[in-house]
Amino acid sequence: MLLVTCPYCGARPEIEFHCGGEAHIARPETPSALSDADWAAYLFERSNPKGVHAERWRHLHGCGRWFNALRNTVSDTFLASYRMGEPRPDVSAPSDTSKAGAR
Amino acid sequence: MPQSHRLPRGGRIDRARPLHFTFNGAAVEAYAGDTVASALLANGVKLAGRSFKYHRPRGILTHGADEPNALLSVDRGPGRVDPNNRATMVEATAGLKVASQNHWPSLEHDVGAVNDWLSPVFVAGFYYKTFMWPRAFWDKFYEPAIRAAAGLGVAPDAADPDRYVHRHAHCDVLVVGAGPAGLAAARAAAQTGARVILADEQAELGGSLLHETTAHIDGKPAAEWLAESRADLAALANVTLLPRTTAFGYYNHNHIVLTERVTDHLADPAPDLPRERLWQVRAKEVVIATGAHERPLAFADNDRPGIMLAESVRVYVNRYGVAPGRRIVFVTSGASAYRAAADAKAAGLDVTLVDVRPDSAIGAERALIAGVRHLTGHTVLGSTGRKSVTGLIVAPVTADGIIGARTTLPCDCAGLSGGWTPSVHLFSQSRGKLSFRTDLDAFVPGSSVQKERSVGACAGTFDLAAILAEGWAGGAAAARSEAARDFAVTPATPVGFKPVRVLRSDADPAKVRAFLDFQNDVTAKDIRLAIREGFESVEHVKRYTTTGMATDQGKTSNMAALGILSEALDRPVPQIGTTTFRPPYTPVTFGAIIGASRDALFDPIRQAPLHDWAAEHGAVFENVALWRRAWYFPQAGEDMHAAVRRECKAVREGVGIFDASTLGKIEVTGPDAAEFLNRIYPNAWLKLEPGKCRYGLMLKEDGFVFDDGVVARIAPDCFHVTTTTGGAPRVLAHMEDYLQTEWPDLKVFATSTTEEWAVIALQGPRARDVLAPLVDDIDLSPEAFPHMAIRTGHIMGIPTRLFRVSFTGEMGFEINVQADHARAVWEALVARGAPFGITPYGTETMHVLRAERGFIIVGQDTDGTVTPDDLGLGGMVSKAKPDFVGKRSLARPDMTLPDRKQLVGLLTEDGRTLLEEGAQIVADTRQPVPMTMLGHVTSSYDSAACGRPVAMALVAGGRARINDTLHVTTPTGFTAARVVPPAFFDPEGKRVNGIAGTNTHA
Repeated sequence: MLLVTCPYCGARPEIEFHCGGEAHIARPETPSALSDADWAAYLFERSNPKGVHAERWRHLHGCGRWFNALRNTVSDTFLASYRMGEPRPDVSAPSDTSKAGAR
Repeated sequence: MPQSHRLPRGGRIDRARPLHFTFNGAAVEAYAGDTVASALLANGVKLAGRSFKYHRPRGILTHGADEPNALLSVDRGPGRVDPNNRATMVEATAGLKVASQNHWPSLEHDVGAVNDWLSPVFVAGFYYKTFMWPRAFWDKFYEPAIRAAAGLGVAPDAADPDRYVHRHAHCDVLVVGAGPAGLAAARAAAQTGARVILADEQAELGGSLLHETTAHIDGKPAAEWLAESRADLAALANVTLLPRTTAFGYYNHNHIVLTERVTDHLADPAPDLPRERLWQVRAKEVVIATGAHERPLAFADNDRPGIMLAESVRVYVNRYGVAPGRRIVFVTSGASAYRAAADAKAAGLDVTLVDVRPDSAIGAERALIAGVRHLTGHTVLGSTGRKSVTGLIVAPVTADGIIGARTTLPCDCAGLSGGWTPSVHLFSQSRGKLSFRTDLDAFVPGSSVQKERSVGACAGTFDLAAILAEGWAGGAAAARSEAARDFAVTPATPVGFKPVRVLRSDADPAKVRAFLDFQNDVTAKDIRLAIREGFESVEHVKRYTTTGMATDQGKTSNMAALGILSEALDRPVPQIGTTTFRPPYTPVTFGAIIGASRDALFDPIRQAPLHDWAAEHGAVFENVALWRRAWYFPQAGEDMHAAVRRECKAVREGVGIFDASTLGKIEVTGPDAAEFLNRIYPNAWLKLEPGKCRYGLMLKEDGFVFDDGVVARIAPDCFHVTTTTGGAPRVLAHMEDYLQTEWPDLKVFATSTTEEWAVIALQGPRARDVLAPLVDDIDLSPEAFPHMAIRTGHIMGIPTRLFRVSFTGEMGFEINVQADHARAVWEALVARGAPFGITPYGTETMHVLRAERGFIIVGQDTDGTVTPDDLGLGGMVSKAKPDFVGKRSLARPDMTLPDRKQLVGLLTEDGRTLLEEGAQIVADTRQPVPMTMLGHVTSSYDSAACGRPVAMALVAGGRARINDTLHVTTPTGFTAARVVPPAFFDPEGKRVNGIAGTNTHA
């Protein structure tokens, strides 16, 4: 079970949280101005990286707040948690964990 | 049975505390401190079970968790029968009944042993080769026969009467394994003040020190050092000692799960104790000190009872005071068996040692066995005996591989040592990367991913002094200390071995059955056969031959199988790789995993405020999400059908009362509340006046309906939102998502009020008559309080939000009061309604009534791919609003196609057949299979008001098919049904205004 750090409450077990998928995908200001393809991209296309992934989490069974976190999808290591509206922190994954779990 | 093989002295057993248990019904004498395995051996029992596939007689191979053979059914009383327990891990307990498995009619005489004679048939992959044809035989013959023959032991059929608990714990350092490495690590970590948990799977902490009778540590006998270490640790408040506790899973972020066996070793446990305790530990650092497993040697018939691991012989002699045989032949490719042979000789047993290494390769260990018959450069060609080994056939091998004259060494026990495999299971589970050490012929921990370190034999260190130093340093480092300590151990541990795969033989290789995986009966030639048939990947060979796939997960066999693969493919072991280690390390009881989550605690149950009243009045309940709701209220002699007809009639003709408290409720407040709802719902909200309600569909951004409900504007800045019974949490989460992340500028609070408000639905033409006398300050007249209005006021002096709404099609009210007052109001309404025949109704009647009117249930009539227009509700989607959640998606080309599945009504043409919900719909029954399916039935009920069954369905292009005849699957074929608009009764909706309506399609 992951240990997730809520920027408001601190580290808590994963079962208190709900993961909301990739972060930093803002809802378009004027959806009607988007082409079908662009709207479909907003709705459905996600980066699904191998490595550091910015994702949305909600401390559902705690403070109820949404926040963003950087997680290495290979090692499941969390590199940062930050509040909604704050920019993505500039951290890179330690190189030794990027290979782990490749089996 | 007398203890014929108990040594006169020695061992850690308590000879002052004798006890008895039974094995296959015969009494076995034991002492406290015995395992079932050591007691059986002490009683001269060698035959402990029959093997899985060939039903070969098998004995006890090991002394620990890696045991593949001696799997017993353990009976602790009714409901407490547990199959497949390893005899080496079950503590001898007074009154225990253990029995061997996989034989008929008895262990001694097993008909299944015919499989052994048929072994040429049962080669690797025989399932895939033998049962291919005729195809029709599979279901009726092959599969039942295989299922009857497969499996070890018998699953218990009574409910488990024991209690299991879960415990969560945090610590600075978790040490797994309390052998010399683990004890040293725990002591080093504990003296820094760190919070330490030390867990070990055995009854006694100590690991290999429990059978170490010669070594001295820092000048003290090992047993004395062990006692001091245990006493030191036990005295520290920051240390938790967990014997009988297996760390079976290493999960993310240093989450390690342990299972502690609390009462199995107690003959008469206190009733308040759980049988097992599952520990979920979150450790800052983990020290893995799980030791190593000895490997047997592979030669023909290496599985006869009495043949065991060399170190296991040593354990039974030294720790349990048991002679596993009187005449023991050790066969080894390494040094450690010399210590075992020396200890057996010291116990007065007849000992011979056969070393497969040439004489020149033997080191200082030779000195340990002075006076012992010693054959070097020999191979083993086979064994004699059947239900017990009677001898080993050995022969010398020259440097160039010529096998000389064979000799049979008579024996009643053999101790095999083919080297040691570090137990890297937990490290590998932690996602650490293994590295292969050619000098050890084994995988050891390489690079770590999580915060752990391996020390001692599990890291490939076998010398006791080095193990202790490594353990100490590891424990200190885990506790952020650099303390180091050296240990003086005398005499030095004999270490080192030569990797061997299958012992050299001059027999036809196709006839030599040298067992590798004893539990799954996999031989060396099975592995070679798999390779010949083209399997090269270790993962494929494993699955094809089933090697390492039994409950022991190949702890004693995997490295030998890998070695054979490596030899046959002529590739070094690291290139072959290893199979993935997955939890659990050893089998875990379902009880421990489930813990308290059974019976009433299996799932949370939510009860509405009027639950007790419904129960007192004979309601039958159904589960809706986590809620338990009154389904119908049968009267004497009524079945569900009759009760529902009566309840429906009462609502249509008089008045019915219904507990709708489970409706989700969310209070949306704040100056921007209307703007927020305007963005989140497809219909318009800004102009809704306080005191009015509106029905709203809620869409996700993809344009599909995901919830619905009535929203009331209580005040300019306050909305009372209702959701479906199961949907409240996800609707609130959906709102919070937009409020927090997309529109944080909006000043809005969304608060769950589901539990605050009880909702009493009073529905039917006489509803107003029942309600009016109880309401204090609200004008109920149709002019003052029209349909879809909301009033706040008091009922019986109790504050209420009174809704004039209807989910039945009848004129009606939904009375919201604080949950605490619900029963008082309900009972007053029931009393007041008696002259009008007021009838409580349940969810089934609610469903019939709403379906008669064509009202949808989200999740029943929708499935996550349905738009408002698909439901025929496109009109409520605002065209004027520039944006709302889901709007852009509704304009995507696929969302406007004319052949989308649309909600329609279906009436069976015979007027009698009740369609099945979920039944498929086709246009033409004469088309070839697979047919083109147009959709499915979503709701289907017998309607008293319409005098016939009615159904709703999602049908491709359904609205264009009105009045067409389609065909719906039934359990016996098809039935014809006419497509109609989805409203069967009072389609104009006049009755909600108190005007009598009619049914349309009758």
